[in-house]
Amino acid sequence: MTTIDREGLKFSDAKLIIGLEVHVQLKTESKLFCGCSTQFGSNPNTQTCPVCTGMPGTLPVLNEKALALSIKTGLALNCEIARYTKWDRKNYFYPDLPKGYQISQFDKPVCGEGFVEVKIPKSDEPARKIRLERAHLEEDAGKSVHDESGKGGVSKIDLNRTGTPLLEIVTKPDIRSAEEAKAFLTELKLILGYVDVSDCNMQEGSLRCDANVNLHFTDGEEAVATPIVEIKNLNSFRAAERAITHEARRQFKEFRETGETIDDAPKQTRGWDDSAQKTTPQREKELSADYRYFPDPDLIAVVISEQEIEDAKSSLGDLPAALRETLQSEYGLNDYDSDVIVSAGREMVDYFRAVADGSGKPGKPNGKMASNWVGQEVMRYLNENAATIEAYPVAADAMAELLARVTAGEVDQTRGKEVLAEMLASGCDVQEAFDKLGIVKVDSSDLDALCQQLIEENPAVIEEIKGGKVKAVGSLIGKARKINPNVNPGVLRESILKIIGL
Amino acid sequence: MSVLDNSIEQLVQQVSAGEVTASQCVDESISQLKAQNPTLNAFVSDCEEAARAEAAAMDAKIAAGENVGPLAGVPIAIKDGICTKGQRTTAGSKMLENFVPPYDATIVQRLRAAGAICIGKANLDEFAMGSSTENSFFGVTKNPWSADCVAGGSSGGSAAAVAAGISPASIGSDTGGSIRQPASFCGITGVKPTYGRVSRYGLIAFASSLDQIGPMARSAKDCAILMNVLSGHDAKDSTSARNDVPDFVADCDQNLKGLRIGICKQYFENEPDGSGLNENVRSGVMAAIEQLKELGAETVEIDLPHTRYAVPTYYVVAPCEASSNLSRFDGVRYTSREQAKDLIGMYSKTRKVNFGDEVIRRILLGTYSLSSGYDHELYKKASQVRRLIKNDYDAAFEKVDLIAGPTVPTTAFKIGEHAKDPLAMYLADVFTASANLAGVPGISLPCGFSADDGLPIGLQLQANMFGESTLFRAAHQYQTQTDWHLKRPQSS
Ligand SMILES: [Zn+2]
Repeated sequence: MTTIDREGLKFSDAKLIIGLEVHVQLKTESKLFCGCSTQFGSNPNTQTCPVCTGMPGTLPVLNEKALALSIKTGLALNCEIARYTKWDRKNYFYPDLPKGYQISQFDKPVCGEGFVEVKIPKSDEPARKIRLERAHLEEDAGKSVHDESGKGGVSKIDLNRTGTPLLEIVTKPDIRSAEEAKAFLTELKLILGYVDVSDCNMQEGSLRCDANVNLHFTDGEEAVATPIVEIKNLNSFRAAERAITHEARRQFKEFRETGETIDDAPKQTRGWDDSAQKTTPQREKELSADYRYFPDPDLIAVVISEQEIEDAKSSLGDLPAALRETLQSEYGLNDYDSDVIVSAGREMVDYFRAVADGSGKPGKPNGKMASNWVGQEVMRYLNENAATIEAYPVAADAMAELLARVTAGEVDQTRGKEVLAEMLASGCDVQEAFDKLGIVKVDSSDLDALCQQLIEENPAVIEEIKGGKVKAVGSLIGKARKINPNVNPGVLRESILKIIGL
Repeated sequence: MSVLDNSIEQLVQQVSAGEVTASQCVDESISQLKAQNPTLNAFVSDCEEAARAEAAAMDAKIAAGENVGPLAGVPIAIKDGICTKGQRTTAGSKMLENFVPPYDATIVQRLRAAGAICIGKANLDEFAMGSSTENSFFGVTKNPWSADCVAGGSSGGSAAAVAAGISPASIGSDTGGSIRQPASFCGITGVKPTYGRVSRYGLIAFASSLDQIGPMARSAKDCAILMNVLSGHDAKDSTSARNDVPDFVADCDQNLKGLRIGICKQYFENEPDGSGLNENVRSGVMAAIEQLKELGAETVEIDLPHTRYAVPTYYVVAPCEASSNLSRFDGVRYTSREQAKDLIGMYSKTRKVNFGDEVIRRILLGTYSLSSGYDHELYKKASQVRRLIKNDYDAAFEKVDLIAGPTVPTTAFKIGEHAKDPLAMYLADVFTASANLAGVPGISLPCGFSADDGLPIGLQLQANMFGESTLFRAAHQYQTQTDWHLKRPQSS
């Protein structure tokens, strides 16, 4: 029993220790060990064959694509890639596990240790490395469909999902807060999207997460930990964040009441009840199970060649962390703006770079302006239309041309946005939009004449300006635009000030 | 004289030439099956209807001048642990009493494509666990040479079918001797190929790393014809070898000049592991080795020092894999579900009711051996010993081309003789199990009859990995000089 003064403990004294296990469904057309489709949402048991239903006599054959995607994922997560990997059987009985064992990887996972750099959004904390323990390939189980009427009717088994390839990514207990857990999951999902290995669709279960949570207390010499709780099947980032927050509070309260430590109780499994917003205990039985792992004699071990690893590396492309860095160093964006672009996906980054490069000068991209337009105008449109950048009607080169003309003073920002709206509405190019809106460059004699007219018609304003209130020139700009909407406010302002000798 | 008394080579020639119809072959085979099966119980089920239809279709093809394949019209018995599409496949178990697979095993597809016609599903020890075919839910198979004796196991039905002349060929599977031992007991020729040589897809697994499908027939040459059809890579079996397949039939014709035959002293020591080598078996095998020397072979003494560990190693590895392979038979699928108050209760009760004693014994052994805490002691240690056994073979095959010895220490034993002592029965595998552990091929061929009981004696030849050609060469040359393989039991 601990000598820590439990009565005096505050929640802020607790150090929260979190490790995550994330199951990622790999983007293959067929299952891990047979040719059945992995498509989501089909009628029950229509995507099955003798192999994935574990019929007597059938044998698994590895889907090479799943292994290739695992290697790619491992590289993107800075993991060591095994040169020798093998398959093991995890034996247990469950109605939706047709063979009575799951083919998984026990001691030779395809991906060894790695890490993900995680920064909590809008916080001043620097990015932290969350270390990964391993990532191994395994087959998914089926689904039990229970009678929800409560009348104790039959339970049915749908084996469409059995054999779907899953990569289980296991972190070390490096995560220190619920926000950080959420940030980790967000970054992980982003990376998986960048390397195109998973749909990461949590509603369809292609990204699932379990969280291992406990608290550490230190008091001088003594350090104690609360029993570890595994929260199962968190199916949204928000659920993960809330479940961890709740569980941390619950463990704190329990520790204060009972003083029970990790040495007193085995790991416990709890589920997250989203409607009640609390974790609830699940069966203990599964925890004490002895899975009797042994190498699957039906599958030969796999030797991964240097060439395969090199090929996977060259297919990765730039990853989010590197791209944030590039947007900051080469395009002059700040932390926040670079994250906005990068978080919107690889295609958005490509779009942004094309706009910034195309609207700037050689070696000097127009980063900040492109960031403003892409980060606001473009993304607003995409949000409103629930579209992705691939579907955005204005191509990057057209957007670049528009921004170049704004920069050159052919049109001001406000008119420029009208031009963009016209392009979006009619699908026309930049020049056509200019023509439609009657935007022409005002030549210098017209401009001079207009300035003279304004000076003559507004003597009071001119006096004010001369008297030092240079700001008052703004009221003349409004008047000028009524006379000629093509007038560039900046140029007009310069001209007026020049004429009146300021 | 029946058309089925011919060698397979002759039979196929006659069928292809239209001298004999496939229908005649099937008629003959089915009538033999019906006449003898009530006594022998060699078959769990027959495929009369399908066989007759296939034969008629083949005869039509022959009449139309079409090519009909290297096994045209050959009636064949297939061990009931191998899946046949649309035909009940029980693995000798109540658990699969009503299981009708929706697919054919790869070897069944290959046999059909070659023109063979399945006439029935042969009896076996439940899930191939046993050395006597006494453990079948469908009753004991009797030895055609003596109805008091077992046919051997687990491919006892397949062996008895050939020995009794019901079909000229059959298919068995061999996990620790399950083809070679019943071949020896029934006086026929049986081959356990190199692991990976023949696809296991569709073989209801007993111990996946040891199981291998192989042919059983009267002569080595008949087996070679079957092996030409069965062998070769199968994309559905990850452990299936990609090695080239030689023409085993052509290789039968090479003489034995310069062939080096290893004589393993451990096989002839009085009690390699507590089993006794029967004196009649010893002298029969020795005479066969002399015969091989007369054919030009020379003998070299070799050492396989880990032979005595083969049976204990086998009886750790095989049950471990079996305990896992048989998990799928849980009452959720395949069999009637026993009622119980909870899920685990349903599993336990269903498995208790539907598995026989031997299967339950081995599942328990395997589950225990894999349990945490014991896995290092048992499964992992067995895997290490297995490596030593393989090393013994590697060293031996540096010096010799073949290893000769008895297939089984005794002739067929009496039905019920070992019922009370399963460990004594396990010793029947003493000379065969090590080939499965090492993955090397072996053949058993008849080499005489015991002076005591008049029952057949088997000679076992083993070769290096993928060395089946050498087995066929030696066995066939021996059979050109002897007629043990032509002897038939009185009853048939
Ligand atoms: Zn499938």
